[in-house]
Amino acid sequence: MNAVLQYTVQGLAAGSFYALAALGLAIIFGVLGVVNFAHGAFYMLGAVTAAVLLDTLGLNLWWGLLVVPVLMFFFGVVIERLFVKWLLQLDPLYNFLLTFGLTLLLVDLVKRRYGVSGLPYQRPDVVQGRIELLGVGLPRYQLFVLVFSIVVCLVVWLLMTRTRIGMIVRASTEKPDLARALGINVGRWVTPIFGFGVALAGLAGVLAAPFRAITADMGSNFVIILFAVVVIGGLGSIVGAVVAGYLVGLVEAFGQAYASTFAQILIFVLMAVVVLVRPAGLFGREEAA
Amino acid sequence: MTAPTNTTAESVAAHESSVEEAHAALAGGRPWQRYTLLAVGLVVALALPWFIYPPVAMDIAAMALFAIALDILLGYTGLLSFGHAAFWGTSAYTTGLVAIHFGVPFPLAVLAGAVVAMLLALPIGYLSVRRSGIYFAMVTLAFAQMVYFVGYQWSSLTGGENGLQSVPTNFFGIELIETDSFYFYYAALPIIILGMWIAWRIVHSPFGRVIVAIRDNAPRARALGYDVEKYKVMAFVLSAGLAGLAGGVFAISHGFVALPDLHWTTSGEVVLITVLGGIGTLWGGVVGAFIIVIMSDQLASSGFEGIGIITGTVFVIVVLLFRRGIWGTVRHLWLQRQARRGAKRSSSA
Repeated sequence: MNAVLQYTVQGLAAGSFYALAALGLAIIFGVLGVVNFAHGAFYMLGAVTAAVLLDTLGLNLWWGLLVVPVLMFFFGVVIERLFVKWLLQLDPLYNFLLTFGLTLLLVDLVKRRYGVSGLPYQRPDVVQGRIELLGVGLPRYQLFVLVFSIVVCLVVWLLMTRTRIGMIVRASTEKPDLARALGINVGRWVTPIFGFGVALAGLAGVLAAPFRAITADMGSNFVIILFAVVVIGGLGSIVGAVVAGYLVGLVEAFGQAYASTFAQILIFVLMAVVVLVRPAGLFGREEAA
Repeated sequence: MTAPTNTTAESVAAHESSVEEAHAALAGGRPWQRYTLLAVGLVVALALPWFIYPPVAMDIAAMALFAIALDILLGYTGLLSFGHAAFWGTSAYTTGLVAIHFGVPFPLAVLAGAVVAMLLALPIGYLSVRRSGIYFAMVTLAFAQMVYFVGYQWSSLTGGENGLQSVPTNFFGIELIETDSFYFYYAALPIIILGMWIAWRIVHSPFGRVIVAIRDNAPRARALGYDVEKYKVMAFVLSAGLAGLAGGVFAISHGFVALPDLHWTTSGEVVLITVLGGIGTLWGGVVGAFIIVIMSDQLASSGFEGIGIITGTVFVIVVLLFRRGIWGTVRHLWLQRQARRGAKRSSSA
């Protein structure tokens, strides 16, 4: 029982990174129709930026969580204006290929600048150590990551459901033509939404910084699992992305605990089953292909 | 403004090499043009190891076939497989294992590799064609990563992170071919050319016309009574088999198989080569492989680390500005010139 609780927390914490990043991926896909291959690279940049800010300016994790998403937002805006926007009218595969090229470029630039060995990251004392809960010592940082990611997802959910911007985003996602016919300028929201999605990937990166090895390659497997996450959740679905993110985290943690050989493979088996049984994904709608 | 919709999007290949152009190219223009091209290609292929370090020449040939295999899917069926490393790598491992444990002549080992790659492609293709467009790319990518992790974990068979060491080159005891990479090139080239010929036959067969029809308008092909999913799976399996031939030759040529052969970066590299050369052209794969392999080799030997900076930049530029790719652009200009000439002739007559 103790072990189950421990793995659950561990899995949900790992799932938090997937959930946040997949949320960004889903929002970008929803509004722009772009599957952003560079999402893993943006996640990596978030972590690297946090490490560099800590090293050079002494900005700790709390500042990182605040500053990095803002920086990543503007980085995303620049990327969208410079590259992505030119291909929006074409087959979405072109932007998939474009962001793949950007990934190669960004990863090797970081590799050249900071080398292949991991950057160090010191987490604040408050989130060091363990908390005693139901007789189980749970790492404080994992609990913090979990709570923080749930809060962020809730805030995004409230933004989506309670504000005018959220309504526009949902309308543009679900019925772009109808939204346009009702006089909503969908195009105006494209750039900030891309920036917002990138910021979420960056935020996941900052959260992962004290938890994972910060290397140029940290996003390269991450992005593939992210794709599995959104396929499981249903690519058009924002709720699906978050739920599938935590689910995949749990599968990973319990897989590592009880069948470590198959931990990574299990995620893709889960994806295969979903594709077989429900091709649109758990929360996706059939026509969203 | 940039208002994106999925409904107006056209298929990758159909958009760029406007449909008539692709059909004109399928018909192949005048026979003498086609045979001249073939002759030039053959001469270059035969002369290559005189000018380029033979193992690098072999890499070019293998990557060219790999890219052509991918082009059958991307250019002619309209499906972007981002998981072809699974078939390339699986065949490489199978070829290596067969060569090590059975000591058969290497073409047999390569054939075994290609067959296993096709067997693997059957379930992956069956599952993946349930989604099209961008989903297909993501699903194939994820399945390929699954194959990668299997290769990583099954280290008793694959050697795990150490890879499969000392794969022998057996060729009926002919020592010159077994030890000298220059002569090996000429022994292995027929396999590559056979693969390319098969690709050419596939594309120019009635089957090839059906997959192009599916690419251009799947609902119409379905309405005409073609089982779209079945054709897609067949194209997927054939493509995987050709990728397997290429991967097997690559494995024998290098004498070892390593995990990166299964990794998605290999899938990405072949997509890069195909798009750079020009999708839906077949020849584009040859041109792309030539450029990328030689560039990688030069950069690596000059000690430059961070090849992704160059390839990534090239790729971004190609996708933004030259979506026809190199071969596609040349073909486009050529066909335009032909059309202008034809128009002039008919107006003066």
